[in-house]
Amino acid sequence: MPIKTSPIIVNIGPHHPSTHGVFRMRVMFDGENIIDLEPVFGYLHRGTEKLAEERTYAQIITLTDRLDYLASMSNNLAYVVSVEKLLGVKAPERAMYIRVIMAELMRIASHLIGLGSFLNDLGALATPWMYMFREREKILDLCEMVCGARITYSYMRVGGVSMDLPPEFMGALRQFCDDFPHRIDEYEKLLRENEILISRTKGVAVLSAETAKNNSLSGPVLRASGVNWDLRKSDPYEIYDRLDFEVPIGQTGDTYDRFLVRLEELRQSLKIINQCVKDMPIGETRLKLPALIRPPKGDAYGHVEAPKGELGFYIVSDGTIAPYRLKIRAPSFINLTALREMTVGYKLADLIVVFGSIDVNMGEVDR
Amino acid sequence: MYGLGLLKGLSVTIRYAFKKPFTVQYPETKLKTQPRYRGYEFVWYEDRCTGCASCAKYCPLGIIKIVTKRAPEANIGGKYALDIFDIDTGRCMFCALCVEACPYDALFMGVNYERASYTRGGLVVHIDELRNAKKMPSAFLRPNLEVQAGKYTEESSLNPNEAGR
Ligand code: SF4
Ligand code: SF4
Repeated sequence: MPIKTSPIIVNIGPHHPSTHGVFRMRVMFDGENIIDLEPVFGYLHRGTEKLAEERTYAQIITLTDRLDYLASMSNNLAYVVSVEKLLGVKAPERAMYIRVIMAELMRIASHLIGLGSFLNDLGALATPWMYMFREREKILDLCEMVCGARITYSYMRVGGVSMDLPPEFMGALRQFCDDFPHRIDEYEKLLRENEILISRTKGVAVLSAETAKNNSLSGPVLRASGVNWDLRKSDPYEIYDRLDFEVPIGQTGDTYDRFLVRLEELRQSLKIINQCVKDMPIGETRLKLPALIRPPKGDAYGHVEAPKGELGFYIVSDGTIAPYRLKIRAPSFINLTALREMTVGYKLADLIVVFGSIDVNMGEVDR
Repeated sequence: MYGLGLLKGLSVTIRYAFKKPFTVQYPETKLKTQPRYRGYEFVWYEDRCTGCASCAKYCPLGIIKIVTKRAPEANIGGKYALDIFDIDTGRCMFCALCVEACPYDALFMGVNYERASYTRGGLVVHIDELRNAKKMPSAFLRPNLEVQAGKYTEESSLNPNEAGR
C-alpha cells in the first residue's frame, strides 16, 4: 500500500529568531521541500508615512532614523536629498563630503551586520557575528563622536549637517581606515574558502538577472545577479561622480555571490571614505534656511543607494510646513518580494539562509 | 584538499583565543562617552531661559511642558518667569531638536545615561530637578563646549557663564 502524503502549511515567524525582527512566512512544505511561500508583512507597522504628514520637515528627520535602524545616516541622507531637490538648493561642499563619509560608514556597518546575521543563520553561531560587531562598534563610536548618538542619529539637516565634525574625528577615522583592511582580510580568511559555507550556499537560491529586474530589486541582491546597477554610478547624487570606486557584480546570483558582493563592497566603501578624507574642503557645513521650511507647491523624488538598495522618498508639498504626502520606497520591502521565487524548490534549512542573504531590516519593511 | 578552508579559518580564531578580551564588565568599568553624547539630565539654565517655548514647539513629540507667568521684576526684554518646565523623558528620543531650537542657548543635552526608574512618572524631569541638577552639558550643537564636555567629573558642573553662548 503506498503511503499518502499531503503538503503541510507551516508558519515561520513572526517570533522566529531568524526572521530579523517580526516577519512571518507562510510556507507550504512537501516533506522538507518548499512548494510555496507567502511573506506576510505588517507586524512592525508604525505609520511613518502618515505621521510625517503632521510633522514639520525638520521633525521628519527623526522618523527616518527609525526605518533602517542599522543605517540611520543613509536614511537621513535620502530624506534630506529629497527635500533639497524639492527646495532646489544644494548643501555646501564640506557638508556633502561629511554626508558621504557617514553614509559609507553606515554601509560598512550595515553590511557587517548583514554578513554576521547571514552567517549566524547559516549555523556559524555567533563567531563571525562577534568579529563583525567588533568593527561595527568602532563605527558606532565614530558616529557617537560626530553626533552623540549610536543608533538614531538625526544628524543630517536639510541644507547640510547639524554640526561640523569634531576636531578629533579625522584622526580616529584615519585609524579606522588603516585598520579595517586587515579586518576584511581576516573575514576572508575565516570564511571565503570555508567548505561548509560553500556547500551550503553555492548554487543555492539562484536568482536570475531577469527575475531580479522584474521584481524591481536593488542593492547587493540585484548586483549579485549580475546587473550593474548602483545609483551612486547611474544617477550620482552628492559628490559620488567625483569619486573613483568599483561596483562589485556577482556572476550567478546564488547565495554565495550575495555574500561575496557584500564583502567586496566593504572594500569599496573604504576606498570612497579614503578619497573623501583626502579631498575634504574646509568651509560651511549648513545653509541658512528658516527653521520652518515651506517648500513651494510641487513634488520631488530623491533616492540614494542605501546599504540595502535604492531608498527613495517621494514628497508632495502643498506649500505648508508639513508635507502633503510622503512615500517611502524601502529597499528591504521590495527585495523581500523575491523571496518566493528564490526559495521554492529548496529545503527548509535553505530558507533561513536565503532569507539571511537578502539582508532585510524589518524596521524598513513595515515602516 | 577538503577541510583546508576550515583550518585556515580556525587559525584566525585560535589567535584570538589567547588575546586579551576587549569587552569590559559594565557596572564595574565604564566606557567613556564622547563630548557630544546626547543623554539624560537636560541641562537648563534658568537665567537665560525667556520662556519663549521654541523648544516645546520644535519637539516632534511635544513632551516639553512650559507654563509661564509674567514676572514683574523681570529684568531684560520682558522676561517671563517659569512655573512649569517639565520634560517627559520617558517619551524623549534624544534627538536634540529642542536644543537646536533654543535661541538663547538655555537648553543643552546632558551627558549621563543612568536614570532608570520604577515608574513612568519618575521619568518626567521637573523644573526643580532641572534647576538643581549638576550642570554637565553635552557639546552637541554647542561647539564651544567641545573641550569642557569631555572632562566632567562627578562633582564638576558648569555655571552659565562658563557654558558660553
Ligand atoms: S530631545 Fe527631541 S524628543 Fe527629547 S525633548 Fe528634545 S526635541 Fe523632544
Ligand atoms: S527655547 Fe530656550 S529660551 Fe525658549 S523656553 Fe525653551 S529653553 Fe527657554
